[in-house]
Amino acid sequence: MKHLLAPALAIARKDLYAEWKTKQTITTMLIFSGLVIVTFSFAFDPSNQAVSALVPGMIWVITIFAGILGLNRSFTTEKQHDHLHGMMVAPVDPSGIYIGKFLANLVFVLLVQVVSIPLLFLLFDFQVPAYSSILYFLLIIFLGTFGFIAVGTLLAALASHAKSSEMLLPILLFPLVTPVIIAAVQATRLVLTEQEGAAAALSWMQLMGAYDVIFFAAGFLLFEYVLEV
Amino acid sequence: MTQDREEMKGLLPTKLHKALIIAAVPMTLAALYLVFIWSPVERIMGPVQKIFYFHVASAWNAFFAFFIVFVFSLLFLFTKKRKYDLIAGVSGEIGVVFTAIVLTTGPIWARSAWNTWWTWEPRLTTTLILFFMYIAYIMIRNLDMEWQKRARLASVFGIIGFVNVPIVYMSIRWWESNLHPVVMSEGAEGAGGGLEPSMLFTLIFSVFTLTLIYFILLQKGLYVEKLKLQVKKLKAKEQEKMIS
Repeated sequence: MKHLLAPALAIARKDLYAEWKTKQTITTMLIFSGLVIVTFSFAFDPSNQAVSALVPGMIWVITIFAGILGLNRSFTTEKQHDHLHGMMVAPVDPSGIYIGKFLANLVFVLLVQVVSIPLLFLLFDFQVPAYSSILYFLLIIFLGTFGFIAVGTLLAALASHAKSSEMLLPILLFPLVTPVIIAAVQATRLVLTEQEGAAAALSWMQLMGAYDVIFFAAGFLLFEYVLEV
Repeated sequence: MTQDREEMKGLLPTKLHKALIIAAVPMTLAALYLVFIWSPVERIMGPVQKIFYFHVASAWNAFFAFFIVFVFSLLFLFTKKRKYDLIAGVSGEIGVVFTAIVLTTGPIWARSAWNTWWTWEPRLTTTLILFFMYIAYIMIRNLDMEWQKRARLASVFGIIGFVNVPIVYMSIRWWESNLHPVVMSEGAEGAGGGLEPSMLFTLIFSVFTLTLIYFILLQKGLYVEKLKLQVKKLKAKEQEKMIS
């Protein structure tokens, strides 16, 4: 356990520290999510009351598209000075690299959500029906993002071997994350727009939990085959 | 020279392959006869119902082909034998073709039975996502890199893709039932138990015929892949000769 977590935390810390110094990826993701919100305001009239029903979907569209930007860079930057080879020859379990990268990506996307979701609520004048549902909402956001990033990290590593990895990754990723996105959008809709939605959202949250476990395990087990040269 | 001949032997179709082709011709003709002439016309839907024999048979074969991709991807990751990778790749391509057949015949039938080309019903949506997923699989297989690496990446995707299929189906079924509390009638597909015996026989026969065709295509695809490899080898040899 120790030789799994220690390298994982080291890699995650390295990624986060590098990001803290350059702020390249996170800025791009944030600006991009802001632009998506602006585009939504053109596409769906914010003054229309019916549009608030679309907000749960918007949250996840922003997450997916901003997440793809971050995931794309996650492994391509490691290729620049053959960092990936360095990680592979290091005497650590490849699964440790997966967990480290996964943690870093998860933090990036969660940070983007911390800014973009309140912004979305503010700009679309969205009122949460019951404040007790906020906790459920946060849990749903976490579960959905967890599953998305668990698959995304594995596939980003897979796509990074290709010359046109930026184009390949969305095509690989979108069909695979459909279950978790359906569940996340439905659960978010129930919690945010219906009074007694939390109980109904529970089955969706269970589905997300199962998805998270299955695909985290799959990434954990299969990552070494993706990394080998 | 004899060595060359030995090599060539692996590239030529085996007796089994020829036998399968010879068996496939009367089987296909018989299936067509059963579908269009022998089996009765459905009372409500009329002749358009006959598309259902091809539709179901292709759907079964598509799922079967993707299952083969899954099995041989796993086998490849454990054994690293090139043959397994080739089988998985060819099967994936055939599966996409069958899925395309399912996705074109389905709407044609639905147009007259449901009066709409498409509904976001679980099976339809799952099949569509399956189609996209295995197109992505083929894209990975066409990446420009050494075959070992490409095969490994494709195997990983083949495995997680197949694991994903039941989850997709389940999530979409829940999603649908949340939107429409009344479960839509499944049309001919759902009525498997109430099928007329002659229709059921025709269905089973056409499923068998298309499965046979699947195996023939799989073998043919393997021969094509092997020939490609052989051509590559000969080219490299020729180039070496020219350089020296």
